[in-house]
Amino acid sequence: MKRFLYELEESWRIAYAQMRSNLTRSTLTALGVIIGIVAVTLMGTAIGGIQVGFDKSMAVLGDDVLYVTQWPWKPVDDWWNYRDRKKIQTEYAETINRLITAAPNSNLMVAVPTSSLMRSIKYGGNEVENVFTLGTTSDFTVTSTIDCKEGRFFNEIESRSGAQVVVIGYDVADVLFPSESPIDKFVLISGHLFKVIGVNARQGTFLGLFSWDSMVAMPLAAFNKYFNLKNELDARGENQGESDVRVKVKDKTKLAEAKDELTGIMRRVRGLPPEKKEDFSINEQQAFKSTLDPVKNTIAIAGLFITGLSLFVGAIGIMNITFVSVKERTKEIGTRKALGARRRTILLQFLIESTALCLLGGFIGLAVAYFMCFGIGKAFPSFPIQFSFGLVIASMIVSVLTGLVSGFAPAWSASRLDPVTALRYE
Amino acid sequence: MDARQSVRQPGPVVIDIENITKDYVMGEEIVRALRGVSLQIRRNEYLAVMGPSGSGKSTLMNMLGCLDTPTSGRYEFNGRNVAEMDDDELAEIRNREIGFVFQTFNLLPRATSLRNVELPLIYAGMDSESREERATQALTDVGLGDRIHHKPNELSGGQRQRVAIARALVNNPSIILADEPTGNLDSKTGEEIMALLEDLYQRGHTIILVTHERDIAAHARRTIHLRDGVVESDEQTFVPRLETVAAS
Repeated sequence: MKRFLYELEESWRIAYAQMRSNLTRSTLTALGVIIGIVAVTLMGTAIGGIQVGFDKSMAVLGDDVLYVTQWPWKPVDDWWNYRDRKKIQTEYAETINRLITAAPNSNLMVAVPTSSLMRSIKYGGNEVENVFTLGTTSDFTVTSTIDCKEGRFFNEIESRSGAQVVVIGYDVADVLFPSESPIDKFVLISGHLFKVIGVNARQGTFLGLFSWDSMVAMPLAAFNKYFNLKNELDARGENQGESDVRVKVKDKTKLAEAKDELTGIMRRVRGLPPEKKEDFSINEQQAFKSTLDPVKNTIAIAGLFITGLSLFVGAIGIMNITFVSVKERTKEIGTRKALGARRRTILLQFLIESTALCLLGGFIGLAVAYFMCFGIGKAFPSFPIQFSFGLVIASMIVSVLTGLVSGFAPAWSASRLDPVTALRYE
Repeated sequence: MDARQSVRQPGPVVIDIENITKDYVMGEEIVRALRGVSLQIRRNEYLAVMGPSGSGKSTLMNMLGCLDTPTSGRYEFNGRNVAEMDDDELAEIRNREIGFVFQTFNLLPRATSLRNVELPLIYAGMDSESREERATQALTDVGLGDRIHHKPNELSGGQRQRVAIARALVNNPSIILADEPTGNLDSKTGEEIMALLEDLYQRGHTIILVTHERDIAAHARRTIHLRDGVVESDEQTFVPRLETVAAS
């Protein structure tokens, strides 16, 4: 064991001396690994960013909220069975809330109705089109975490009275109020004035998934007063707007029970006899996740595979240079064997040489990737970038593995050299 | 009395070779490099192995140095059967029992004298403090105490060979195997190296010298001539000077 440590130390020393004396060669070879590690690390960063963006979007949905909708949140083959379902009415929320309060052991906490439409918003000469406009109650803050950068969400009184107030998303505020605070200003939505009382903190967008950044929210009573969903038909006669009811669960570990309870309540609301199938869908974040996860994973795997190829090319460079090194130092290997180096010693020496080269490349690559991430983050703040400690560890491990794998064949051939032949080699 | 004139009393048998052969396959042909060599070498002998090229001299040296194993025959090193050892066991024997001195010195070019001499001790698993101490001592013993931090390219040929001899000595091996140790040196430096080997012999080391030069072989106390893979002659070659004879 002790001998192994001394041999290890000696191997590192040789590797260092070898790299120093063949500086150009080592640098060029390491460059292959540097490029590979930069590519893989940046890809890892992007994937990490995608994950974070994804999780943020998912967090908007909440992992303890059930969504009562007409359409299920998954692809369906028999769309005709869903198409003719009755719409979800915002009034259901009141009925559900009444039933929840009546049942003392209910797993459900509160039901919140939402209606939404795409609307244009104007302030002065600025206009944003196709803004996701949401009408809901003040209980909305229970089902979704909303951070206000400025101001606040509307309160219960405003909610009940149908006050003409809005909370606007970060991006909306950015366009409408580039140089002033939006608070207490009046914006124009479909010809009606609404007072801005809050601005959401930036959330970031990801793959076009839902984000608070480009939406506005107002009390449902006001929404219903000025925008009538039933009249909002587009050219094809489709209803552009949508209503649903979201229900917050008390304990998210009992989501299944809560779902069953809500199904029962909704059947009562809809007056469905026992033999009839449900004419509504109850969705949760998980369902959405399971449809999006494969997409996300495919992106990750494809991305890592393609960038992995560049690392592979770097590894081939390392293997090549280690073969050259073994060839050049055949006589030295013979001498070492004559002095008592065993096969393992020689194997170790060349493995460490290739690993040291890869580690060096890994370090430099990581540093380069870090600064690139930093630059990209500064240049495109909306691009999700996640440079994590785990990534550093992972790329170091990848570097070491690359060194071991690419160095193994040459190191093995060196360790098997016949000392007599090696000593005679010129 | 001149040290060079004395023959030291040999000790117990270190190397015991009986009827070893070595065949090489060269393309289609089988080359019989050794055709049955028997030899006993005792501790504190000074032996020269001579022979023209193709005589099997190098092959015998590889056998003696445990760099290779014989095709048939018996080879015992300090009572251990070497003929059937695997690569790692042979490496162990080479490390502990044999000190190599090569014609081309075979020093690591980028390492200092000290690091070169330390190498066998690293493979023997010695800690760095004892290593440095032993290596420094060995370098001092060969007269290079002031050159321990020099690299080979900063040393003369004779000094390089001294480093190599220090490296051969450092593990206190049973034999020192010198293959044409003066082959790459001018005759004056060669004589210095031979004087050093003589000195080592006088201090109790066992020296096996492989050479084709009669002058060099003349330093040894016993000479073996090989021809066509067999021992042609094996004789005590030490010729005492007249005054030594007179004194005795």
